[in-house]
Amino acid sequence: MSYRLGVDVGGTFTDLLLFDEQSGAFWRHKTPSTPHDSSEGILTGVQAICANAGITPADVEIFLHGTTVATNAVLEGKGARVGLIVTEGYRQVMQIARSFVPGGLAGWIVWPKPTPLAALEDTVEIRGRMSAQGEVIRPIDDDDIRAALLKLKAQGVEALTVSLMNAYLNGAHEKRVADLAAEILPDVPISLSHIVLPEMQEYERTLTTVANAAVRPVVGRYVRNLRSRLRDAGMAGKLALLRSDGGLMSSEKSEEHPVSLLMSGPAGGVTGAIWVGKNAGIRNILTLDVGGTSTDVALIENLEARRVRTTEVGHLSVRASALDVKTVGAGGGSIAYVPELTGALRVGPQSAGAVPGPVAYGKGGELPTVTDANVVLGYLPEALLGGTFKLDREGAKKAVQTIADALGIDLYAAARGIIDIVNENMFGALRMISVQQGYDPRDFALMGFGGAGPLHVNAVARLMGSWPAISPVSPGVLCALGDATTRMRTETARSFSRLASQTTLDELGGILDEMAAQIGDELVAEGVARQDVDITFEVDVRYAGQAFEVPMSVTRDDLHTHGIEWLTGRFDEEHHRLFTFNMDSEHEIVNLRAVAMGKALDLPAAQLPQGNGDPSAAKLRDHELWMDGRMVPAIIYDRSKLLAGDVIPGPAIVIEMDSTTLIEADCTGTVDSVGNILITLQ
Amino acid sequence: MPATIIQTNTAPFEKKAIDPVTLDIIENALRNARIEMDATLVRTAMSPGIREQGDAFPLIADHEGRMIVGQFGSFIGGFLEGYDGTLEDGDMIFLSDPYSVGGAISHCNDWLVLLPVFKDGRLLAYTAMFGHQSDIGGKVPGSMPIDATNIFQEGVRIPPVKIWKKGVYNEDLVKLVLHQSRTPAWCAADLNALIASCRVAARRVIEMSERFGVDTYVSATQELLARNHRAMKTLLAQAISEEPVSFEDYICDDGMGYGPYKLKCTMWRKGDTVILDFDGTDPQSQASINFLLNENMFKMFFGIYMIMVFDPQILFNDRFYDLIEVRIPDGSLLKPRYPAALSGRTHALGRIFDILGGLLGQKTPEFLNAAGFSSSPHLFYAGTDRKGEWFQLFQIGFGGIPGRPMGDGPDGHSLWPGFTNVPNEFLERYFPLVIERYETVADSGGAGLHRGGNGIVMTYRFLEPGVIAIHDDRWFVPPWGVNGGKPGARARKILEKPDGTQTIVGNKVEDVAIEAGDVLHFITWGGGGWGDPLERDPELVGKEIRQGLVTPTGAKAYGVVADSEGVVDPAATEALRSEMRAGRGELALFDYGPGIETLRAHCEAETGLPAPIQPRWANYAIAAE
Repeated sequence: MSYRLGVDVGGTFTDLLLFDEQSGAFWRHKTPSTPHDSSEGILTGVQAICANAGITPADVEIFLHGTTVATNAVLEGKGARVGLIVTEGYRQVMQIARSFVPGGLAGWIVWPKPTPLAALEDTVEIRGRMSAQGEVIRPIDDDDIRAALLKLKAQGVEALTVSLMNAYLNGAHEKRVADLAAEILPDVPISLSHIVLPEMQEYERTLTTVANAAVRPVVGRYVRNLRSRLRDAGMAGKLALLRSDGGLMSSEKSEEHPVSLLMSGPAGGVTGAIWVGKNAGIRNILTLDVGGTSTDVALIENLEARRVRTTEVGHLSVRASALDVKTVGAGGGSIAYVPELTGALRVGPQSAGAVPGPVAYGKGGELPTVTDANVVLGYLPEALLGGTFKLDREGAKKAVQTIADALGIDLYAAARGIIDIVNENMFGALRMISVQQGYDPRDFALMGFGGAGPLHVNAVARLMGSWPAISPVSPGVLCALGDATTRMRTETARSFSRLASQTTLDELGGILDEMAAQIGDELVAEGVARQDVDITFEVDVRYAGQAFEVPMSVTRDDLHTHGIEWLTGRFDEEHHRLFTFNMDSEHEIVNLRAVAMGKALDLPAAQLPQGNGDPSAAKLRDHELWMDGRMVPAIIYDRSKLLAGDVIPGPAIVIEMDSTTLIEADCTGTVDSVGNILITLQ
Repeated sequence: MPATIIQTNTAPFEKKAIDPVTLDIIENALRNARIEMDATLVRTAMSPGIREQGDAFPLIADHEGRMIVGQFGSFIGGFLEGYDGTLEDGDMIFLSDPYSVGGAISHCNDWLVLLPVFKDGRLLAYTAMFGHQSDIGGKVPGSMPIDATNIFQEGVRIPPVKIWKKGVYNEDLVKLVLHQSRTPAWCAADLNALIASCRVAARRVIEMSERFGVDTYVSATQELLARNHRAMKTLLAQAISEEPVSFEDYICDDGMGYGPYKLKCTMWRKGDTVILDFDGTDPQSQASINFLLNENMFKMFFGIYMIMVFDPQILFNDRFYDLIEVRIPDGSLLKPRYPAALSGRTHALGRIFDILGGLLGQKTPEFLNAAGFSSSPHLFYAGTDRKGEWFQLFQIGFGGIPGRPMGDGPDGHSLWPGFTNVPNEFLERYFPLVIERYETVADSGGAGLHRGGNGIVMTYRFLEPGVIAIHDDRWFVPPWGVNGGKPGARARKILEKPDGTQTIVGNKVEDVAIEAGDVLHFITWGGGGWGDPLERDPELVGKEIRQGLVTPTGAKAYGVVADSEGVVDPAATEALRSEMRAGRGELALFDYGPGIETLRAHCEAETGLPAPIQPRWANYAIAAE
């Protein structure tokens, strides 16, 4: 018997998913989160789900965890006090940042002045300088470095960061600072920019290194606490955390490199969607993860999620690989309003959040939200969470009526308007990751999950032309499912910045081999068997002079056989696909990346018993909902009673413990062999 | 003669009733299309000016050429009136001559691409984008000779021509134009990028018209315009008084030794119409600091400043134009006569925003911001390196954001929308230079309850001989403070030889020869302060001393006595503040510094440069409006 346990801690609920690797059977559980100490909620959940499955925590072989602890530390400014050592003349690198002020013309009038992640008073300069060729222009001076370190020591910094100009080409000076720091500040963790991010661009490299240093103590405390509580509960298995890029790393590694965890939360949903897609036989998927205050979207092509080189957290853009997840301020709690001046209907980004929440939750919310509109229209018919509390439909109606009055339209039209606008905002985000990247959304299915995803997935799929619309099995805990079903991963990157015409295959291959050896060893150290390590490469190419590069996946064999011209030729094709033109300019090879992954898991989903296509047995009751401008009859089904092959004609609603699926009037939902509902146009 | 628009289908669009939801959906979709234009441009452009710094501006207009989304307003109406040719499906217009579009682009470096979007034989929309080219030929690298005396010295000048004609690309035209540039590869890539952006937006407009129906789409754009008209009408009636208010500010000099040049604007409302009158603005310059200000563009600037405060989610568009009347005297610095040189217009363009701020906040000091638009400081560095290769750098600098009602101005940031700095590691890798210092200048932000942002000092060590040019302003007339706040520090440029000897160089200079090893300290302006500096928390001043943003000497402007470690002496501070309070009169709404004559008298001592000479315009008569 071997069990994997995925745990995702959200703002309101902690979701757990226990997976039996042999049978594919799984158990799910939801328990309130405990923000003062997340491990409490986790422990409660672990006990409960193990009891449900009839096992003990000792039977759990690996505990997999997506967490927002690093994200929150950055967003809430609760990171460690970071001392920063920079090159003479660059003390204000974090203060000046990229000089960018958002908000368009006159945006500066209302933009708050940001506070750097490493305080300016804790930033000190040292002498010495590297050139842009990695050669020493001026030497460093040990006494000068010692003075800088002593100053930071006196100020009581809790973490140390060194980021020197051009260190991405030569880290010798940074290393020397680290040596001296080990003497002077022996108990303070140190992050060096040429190790955390050996890439050009001093601000981004410094920010990333500082972000890493700032969240290290917080993440370290969190992980150690969680580990010891799980051990106390008898869980002897491994503890791994989900990285922003959708891979796993050991909890020990995450303590050193927590900057890779900043998008750990949303990455869980995307990896879950990949697992669902694999089992449903659908390889191209757009994901729609609708939460209370925001919606995350991502693109999966051929069962691989698109990755980006930057992680956006608040106003910071950190250089760490992440799944390309875009977030819009549109969720169940988004508030609808009509500004007096324009008389336009706006939805979000303000949100009622968990408290006071939508009016329908009866927790004191008074402003109309998306959830309230869903309730008014009859799309959310029952109590959430399996009937433990009732939704206040009359309250929701009263709130939405204020919008109807302001617009001079009737209640249902106003409610549908709120839904249409929020769907449109989700559509806008989906466009950014699909059409804008050169993908045709009609080649993709759309998968809706999170609490409210399956309510909106049908309508948004219609806007996108992305069919089928998928309500995956257990959409409410898909993040936990993703945590449980992904694999170990690590990567490294280097700046290369050379013209393709001046690069030899030997030289390029040599560096790639070196990188492969480094990350292969890392994974082995993480407990992956050497023969299971799978290494892939990416080479960023651009026309010399462009600012943005296009990442190209390559294998050592392809490169060896076809040469560098093959690489640049493929780049030309990709550039044409993205931007509709090619150029005569030389190609520049900008960055190299190597990715090592642990064994790909083959975790089957449990098969649903085959039905005869008729879902009547799952019918709960008749219902009425607003569709196409009028109230129409509909049927409510119990998801747990549906069988494989059942065909549900719209309009219909399918309810389960933690989520509700809406099938629109001219659509049909078909239950596949593992329980996903695939919605298509009739 | 106006342009002839050829449509194979001349059926008028049918007016459809638009429900508010569809309207908002189309509004959002248009907003997304505009974002997509920007994204396409920066990803494919090559010149650092566009790809790193974002010096480019998109536009989507309705079938009558009125801007639905964009930033700088539409010039299309004016263009159509002046364009003596046809416009039909498959055409794309290319231009750069400001005089041929009434100043909608304001110097020849901005290349503009305009794409009329046809669907089923009918003109449905326009998409357009312009971007700053690194070099378009002319007498100096960068093509912005501050000392140009006419537009012919400023490089290639493109009247509106068809780069695509009925679907056929005019390769020879592009070849001819690129041949005039010192950086043809950058220009070629940037032009491609502009075209690709317009095409992307056109595709989106077509998709929208297919999704909603052409008539619904067009009706929606008309309703968006009308909505904006209604909102602005209400706003103007609330916010703009019928009683005139005036504001004036200066361009420090013209790079030829003359200055300052006065810009003056008076604003009042008459019924529904707001009048903005530049009467009192100085005549045009014989150098290139002239700014051919397009009336509609100014209306857009004005509208954006107004809307920012009330419903920032309103999509700015053109429709409120008839509520505003802009009067600019012919022959003035803001409406120079052909063929006056225009390339150095950035200083007056920047100053326009300070004037707008000064005008709009005068009656409501709680909304007033201090001054901070120096212009857009430029550095040019060009030459041939030891490998025999031509290099050419054009870089835009930044400075202090003014003190604002909401708080301190950020240090060393951009007042221009979307602009970013170029990473110094990038500069060092691709140009023969080392950036020895890149930090903000302590005490350069004007003192105030809310401090003005500090300016930047950027120290370049040049590794190859070549020439440099500098364009900056606010070196003579300081950025003013408001509500008791002090003016920010002025800009300054220092050239240092390897032996350590220093020379002050002017802020508008061309063709300064440099040798390998020379060092340039490029120092920009600080933002003006906001509110009484004696009210600022002394501990905050102490903290900023520790941060290196303020010095103990600078702290005196706040009445704060502190040591070099930022430790505040409370008793001494209180005593100093009492003394300062007693010794000053009532706080002025605006603090312009000591006044032009005093500035002139102290110029050499304070700035290291001779005072500019008052310009005289015996031969120019400004037409009375």
